[in-house]
Amino acid sequence: MHDENFDPRIIGFFCNWCSYRAADMAGTARMNYEPNVRIIRVMCSGRVDPDFVMAAFAKGADGVLIAGCHPGECHYNNQNFKTMRRYALLKHTLRAMGVEDERLRLQWASAAEGAVLARAIDKMVEEVRDLGPLNWPENWDTPPEVEDAIRMMEAEHAEALEVTA
Amino acid sequence: MSGNGSKPKLALYWAASCGGCEIAVLGIGDKILDITEAFDIVLWPVAMDFKLHHIEAMEDKSIDVCLFNGAVRTSEQEYMARLLRAKSKVMVAFGSCAHEGCIPGLANVTTHEDIFQSSYHDKATVHNPDGVRPQLKTEVEEGTLYLPMFYDTVRTLDQAVQVDYYIPGCPPESNRIWEALTAVMEGKLPEPGSVIGEKSTVCDVCPRIRTDKTIKAFKRTWEIEPDPEICLLEQGIICCGIATRAGCGALCPQVGSPCIGCYGPAEGVDDFGARMISALASVIDSEDPEEIDRIIASGIPDPIGQFYRFGLAHSRLRRTSLRGALHRRNAQGEVQP
Repeated sequence: MHDENFDPRIIGFFCNWCSYRAADMAGTARMNYEPNVRIIRVMCSGRVDPDFVMAAFAKGADGVLIAGCHPGECHYNNQNFKTMRRYALLKHTLRAMGVEDERLRLQWASAAEGAVLARAIDKMVEEVRDLGPLNWPENWDTPPEVEDAIRMMEAEHAEALEVTA
Repeated sequence: MSGNGSKPKLALYWAASCGGCEIAVLGIGDKILDITEAFDIVLWPVAMDFKLHHIEAMEDKSIDVCLFNGAVRTSEQEYMARLLRAKSKVMVAFGSCAHEGCIPGLANVTTHEDIFQSSYHDKATVHNPDGVRPQLKTEVEEGTLYLPMFYDTVRTLDQAVQVDYYIPGCPPESNRIWEALTAVMEGKLPEPGSVIGEKSTVCDVCPRIRTDKTIKAFKRTWEIEPDPEICLLEQGIICCGIATRAGCGALCPQVGSPCIGCYGPAEGVDDFGARMISALASVIDSEDPEEIDRIIASGIPDPIGQFYRFGLAHSRLRRTSLRGALHRRNAQGEVQP
């Protein structure tokens, strides 16, 4: 269902120390990459509460990209290992919910790896574009017939009330 | 609470629930007499013979408190929720189903169509040669008969109508019910929109000892005999106490059984599963992605059942993907999507 006109909305959580600087570097080096990622800077990828990811999908994001320092290079010692485990648990849970794997990505990128990050973004946008919109809130839409069903019930009750009276 | 010196009016109603909340109300024992002393009960289908038309004939806002238990999964339940909302001054989502969907909310992993297919056709014990199914509307000689509409997605009470307070628990502990009703009687209710209950977590009241131990594998309860003193999670048993609201007195972990989260998310927890994921990530002892995946796959075969047993309808995502369900059905029926 590849659609060139579909512009995925991807939320990016980038850590302050490596990946946000990598994005900065990609910018100053004038690298071209897809403009679909809305970047939110966090101090550490370990700050990304799984709830942020759930909330992003629930509010209509097509994908979520978490980016942080390479394992072993975390500014806060080992927090990105926590990210690694959260990511695995999140993916496992989202898969059960019916959210495709490609919609959540974890990318390690050091401050020097602007190009790596730019390519990762391109790849993710491409993959999400292939999947099409996620449009999660659509899952909760109440069909319009519900109101009809309730109105029928009200009418039926009004009829029954007349009999009792 | 009410004018003219008459007693405040109380309504109790059930929607998609098991009836356990009703039993919990009766569980307050002798004090039930104090309730009838203090309140004028105007509706309680499980115990008293008031009819729907009695409620329908009432003035708006003439019921002082409505304790509504059960989730909303049919148009009939939605009608009742709207009706009682209009007639009640204070609407309380009573118990886990009304609060967060609870076990009925687990139906959100499937759809209306799949449930009907299974219940009216596929089950080995179903004998239905004519393929009869409930219809919204049936014409008979005497007139037209209606059945409520069955939704794809089970909703919590506050996803259907505005709710003033929540009393958590599957079911709420009887002493907590009494406390809440006392608060109503004395007019000492907290801020509207709040959960009437403890603010802390089950871990806070659990007497087990916590250290910093991490684990290499999750265990099912039957796989080990847990040490009676140490935190269950540190022994590899997934205990939801970390994310669950206190109020039960940590009854389960005290007898070696993990908390399953029946008291709902603790104060400040928006998504129960997200909080569990966050906590479990700190307990797994591995820095190797493949090993982490193995530990998770073997230890948590059913993440929805594990993380959203009581709160799927109330979670951020509320249900599994409907589009996914449609694809699954088409694949089974070998119909092209």
